[in-house]
Amino acid sequence: MSSFHERLEACLPDLWRFAFSLCRDRALADDLVQDCAERALRKRALLLPGRPLRPWLMKMLLNIFRNQMRRDRKLRAVPLDGDALERHEEFHVAPAGGDRLELAEMARSLARLPAQQREALLAVVVGGLDYAGAARALDIPVGTLMSRISRARAKLRQGAEGGSKPPLRSVR
Amino acid sequence: MNGNEQARMSAQRLHAYVDGALSRSEAAEVEAFLAANPEQAAEVADWQRQNRALQALFPVSEAEARTAGMLAARAQKTGGWVKAAAALALVALGAGGGWFAHGAIGTAGGPKMAETLVEEAMLAHAVYSPEVLHPVEVGAANEAHLVGWLSKRLGARISAPDLSASGYALVGGRLLPADSGPAAQFMYENPAGDRITVYATTGSKGTLASFQFDSRHGLSGVYWQDERLRYAVVGKLDRAQLGKIAVEVYRQLI
Repeated sequence: MSSFHERLEACLPDLWRFAFSLCRDRALADDLVQDCAERALRKRALLLPGRPLRPWLMKMLLNIFRNQMRRDRKLRAVPLDGDALERHEEFHVAPAGGDRLELAEMARSLARLPAQQREALLAVVVGGLDYAGAARALDIPVGTLMSRISRARAKLRQGAEGGSKPPLRSVR
Repeated sequence: MNGNEQARMSAQRLHAYVDGALSRSEAAEVEAFLAANPEQAAEVADWQRQNRALQALFPVSEAEARTAGMLAARAQKTGGWVKAAAALALVALGAGGGWFAHGAIGTAGGPKMAETLVEEAMLAHAVYSPEVLHPVEVGAANEAHLVGWLSKRLGARISAPDLSASGYALVGGRLLPADSGPAAQFMYENPAGDRITVYATTGSKGTLASFQFDSRHGLSGVYWQDERLRYAVVGKLDRAQLGKIAVEVYRQLI
């Protein structure tokens, strides 16, 4: 049995989370991860020995995502709607991060971030990559990664502190 | 750490702290710095809150549920199915410890549901497989009727998998009561008279869950679920043999 399969499989959940956090669409995240897994299996010989698998996969996923976005404008990221949040909660038995209004706010703020900053932050926080891995996945120097993460966090903080808070939708 | 060093605590290091990228001693340094610098401490606390919100928005449990069995499904599409599925089965089975050792299986109906499925499938096997005169309600001669009937009762299309490649022929099947509703059991027999059963019941949570192995009461079982049903294959086989058959069943059921 190939250990590549095992290692690939172990990365799938984080790949899916990263994909879902980028596109905010479950079915699309499924497709992205499946494409990515297929490509990884085809191109496994290209992964240099000793190189970590995870950043390589995330980079591949990101490329697939960006190409699809270019091809299909419908895929442009949109904020999570109330339904999506509710569906989230089905899977999220014990809310670890604040209440749903805070989550909704986070989803909206995230959607407003410039793509580069969003990708940098998500690669680390959701994709489970360390800084070196995230820099490799995004094909940027670590310093650039850090400054994008820093700017993303500052913007999210501004968003959370209000200013122009959109009216909250009532949630059943 | 003196005051000068504290003042120079870099933003990079604070981010690394929030992302868990520091060693324990480095983290302790940051914590000492934060204790003396409330403004930065508030900023760091906000970043940590952001991270928690992101974790909650994109939960690991859902990702695990959605990617379980994905490699197998992928391989089916591209034709290399059996090989990859077998690899997947071996991964799942080789991980050892059976169903309950896998925390990740929580979304597949939870340990309680899994426990029920395991017990039901094994009990049904233990009760009916030694039967000489009435092992099944409907025999293999009436397979079309059997399959139609069970599909109707389960509310989901199900077929009797062809296990002849593994040397097992269909004996027939029966309807059984299960915790979550009706259950179907198909029985198979090889020329030596060894029997295995394929058990399917409702109560799937609508997600895929990959193969799990369990062994008790002198029997072995492999379990999984797809979007519609939960399945078990039970027999007196070892892990590898039963895993191979489970993969075969899985391949034919979807």
